[in-house]
Amino acid sequence: MPQTTDNVSPLHDASHPATLTHGVDFRSAHTHHEESSAQPDRECLRVDGLSLYYGDKRALNNVNMVIPEKRVTAFIGPSGCGKSTLLRCFNRMNELISNVRIEGSIKLHGDDIFDPRVNVANLRRRVGMVFQKPNPFPKSIYENVAYGLRIQGVNSRRVLDKAVENALKAAALWDEVRDRVHDSALGLSGGQQQRLVIARAIAIEPEVLLLDEPASALDPISTLKIEELVYELKQNYTIVIVTHNMQQAARVSDYTAFMYMGDLIEFGETKKLFTTPRQKQTEDYITGRYG
Amino acid sequence: MVMSRTHHISQQFDKELEDIRSKVMTMGGLVEDSLSQVLEALARTDMELAERIASSDYKVNEMEVDIDGECTAILLRRQPAAGDLRLVLAVSKIITDLERVGDEVKKVARIVARLATSGGQDSYYVGILAMGHHVRRMLRAALDAFARMDSHAALEVAQEDPEVDKELEAIMRQLITYMMEDPRSIRGVLDAVLAARAFERIGDHADNICESAIFLVEGKDVRHVALEDLRQQLARGRE
Repeated sequence: MPQTTDNVSPLHDASHPATLTHGVDFRSAHTHHEESSAQPDRECLRVDGLSLYYGDKRALNNVNMVIPEKRVTAFIGPSGCGKSTLLRCFNRMNELISNVRIEGSIKLHGDDIFDPRVNVANLRRRVGMVFQKPNPFPKSIYENVAYGLRIQGVNSRRVLDKAVENALKAAALWDEVRDRVHDSALGLSGGQQQRLVIARAIAIEPEVLLLDEPASALDPISTLKIEELVYELKQNYTIVIVTHNMQQAARVSDYTAFMYMGDLIEFGETKKLFTTPRQKQTEDYITGRYG
Repeated sequence: MVMSRTHHISQQFDKELEDIRSKVMTMGGLVEDSLSQVLEALARTDMELAERIASSDYKVNEMEVDIDGECTAILLRRQPAAGDLRLVLAVSKIITDLERVGDEVKKVARIVARLATSGGQDSYYVGILAMGHHVRRMLRAALDAFARMDSHAALEVAQEDPEVDKELEAIMRQLITYMMEDPRSIRGVLDAVLAARAFERIGDHADNICESAIFLVEGKDVRHVALEDLRQQLARGRE
């Protein structure tokens, strides 16, 4: 059995001694988000005893955590702490790198994602990802969004039109591009491209959206639009975001995980972690002190 | 718990936080001094001293505005988190309390000046003086607890507040007796009531300062928490 640490789940604290089970009521944590407070938090991703090695070098060290469904969870920590590595485990992106070895397990709604029977393409359909630099395909805006659906064999013009429109609306881009959806995506601004990439990711209706520094290459206005979008999207998707910008983590996330040198140091409600962290290492990091 | 701190990567930020902390202590010193002086003026019925105190509270007010401005600048520039954020919030509350202590001191100073001109009975004030010294010690201890970031010391001071309330009650009973015995004393006794009330308020502000110190150290909002619960919470530490 993997070792269980006290930061395994943000879904319990001293006043909630029960370990996480489906449907632990955690409404008190969400009094500031009324629309999301109606439902108790449910488990989306469960990480148990996860360690990851690049060759001999250990990049993740026995990580245990539960990421709640339809909430925003932020990973923060200094460069090289393993936050992006952990994020990339959720859709098995790390396996594209040679010499990677993984121990432990990750369950997505109870399904072991490392099970040999798992179809990785299917997993990545369920767990979408957006990167730091917008990476639209050199195609039209429309074709970028329709791409995932076409791969799945959807060819009906009517279905595609509707899906593209819905995804662009959900990504808060529709109003800006409705008259030019057949223009090249490369003509969009950086912020628009990033929202397009998010539209492309949500067009295939994933369960989880992984965002790896989604706004770090964008100007402040575009950044705010992405943050606003994250806030909207969490009503339908579980979002995990890696960010170097701690104010951003404080603004957009419900839960925050602080990682340091491959260890998950602290994981909890964002408001609590940013005002009264339990670990000195967390405090030193978020207040900009020497550790 | 006593809070310890390491340095920020930004030394400028360290300086800014240290600056508001030390300014709060300076402001606290000013308020403490004027409280000591007003007690002295009351003991001697010294009109000149009382008037000087009443006219010098602008210094405390200026400091409040100055420190408040610095807190705003830190929030704007640094977006502080965790202990830094709690320090800025605690300072912002403490200076409000200190400014109000200054106001109460001024009220007492005016009462002393009236007492001196009307040649009123200073026998009304024996218990009140003792109470004034009590809250002065509390204020000093509260500021000490904040300066040392010591939540247990703060709790000890907070525990004294009910005693002050009891002192006030006893004083009131006595003053009411005076009024009943001789209605001509009412005017003079009312001033004594106001003075007693002012000192009691100073005790409340010292109590608030302790709560801010506990919030700073423990990250717990202990306003409106019963003393016994507070003791238990501090014993448990940060959950």
